Amino acid sequence: MKWFWYASPQTFFPLARTLALWAGAAAVLLTLAGLYIGFFVAPTDAQQGEAYRIIFIHVPAAWMSMFIYVLMAFWAALGLALNTRLSGMMAAALAPTGALFTFIALWTGSLWGKPTWGTYWVWDARLTSELVLLFLYFGFMALRAAIEDPRRADRASAVLALVGVVNVPIIYYSVQWWNTLHQGASVSLTRAPSMAKAMLAGMLVMALAFWMYSVAAAMLRVRSMIRARG
Amino acid sequence: MGGYAWYVWGSYGVTFLCLLIEIVVLVRREAKN
Repeated sequence: MKWFWYASPQTFFPLARTLALWAGAAAVLLTLAGLYIGFFVAPTDAQQGEAYRIIFIHVPAAWMSMFIYVLMAFWAALGLALNTRLSGMMAAALAPTGALFTFIALWTGSLWGKPTWGTYWVWDARLTSELVLLFLYFGFMALRAAIEDPRRADRASAVLALVGVVNVPIIYYSVQWWNTLHQGASVSLTRAPSMAKAMLAGMLVMALAFWMYSVAAAMLRVRSMIRARG
Repeated sequence: MGGYAWYVWGSYGVTFLCLLIEIVVLVRREAKN
């Protein structure tokens, strides 16, 4: 594959449209499948009743909030190292969708917290570090908006993205490092999942749906950036 | 929803409303050019 050929914004422009269309279609189909599994296949939870069904959007949104930030930092680093215009645009195109998923993770977590913990919000390590992630996204977008020259904006925001990426492992390991109200990880690569197969399937399908959605949204946004910069 | 309707539908409603708003903004921007 000609990676450097696609590093040119003009060459990437038509490819971004194709990617957006395919990823958008996949996102719709996966969302329908995920919702079907989540509401009609997955059983009612013995302890939390129907309230647990928030998991099918809360966990995928939280994963995406962290994953998109890491991806954003990756593009930012690539832009700093190789001085490629498309890298800065990719980082900038991911930020609003990342912020959106962070807000969704916080919102759905809050609505899940009330019936299970008895409170909408608590300043524990997991919730607070996720809120910091939202502010990092806002800071990244505000910094870009404040600098008129797009190349300077790319470089300045790239530094912020790289500094902020240290927050991602803090979010992930916060439930192990500190005594928090938030439960530990439901899914881990090192041990068997602690939930029913249908619940896990619904969660993973929704995570894929959100991933495809993010690809489609970022591709559409990067196209408008390429148009704007010319 | 076993007494949890506000929490469950409040979560799903706001999530899909947010995603829908982002899609509409991006598709309108795409169509304008």
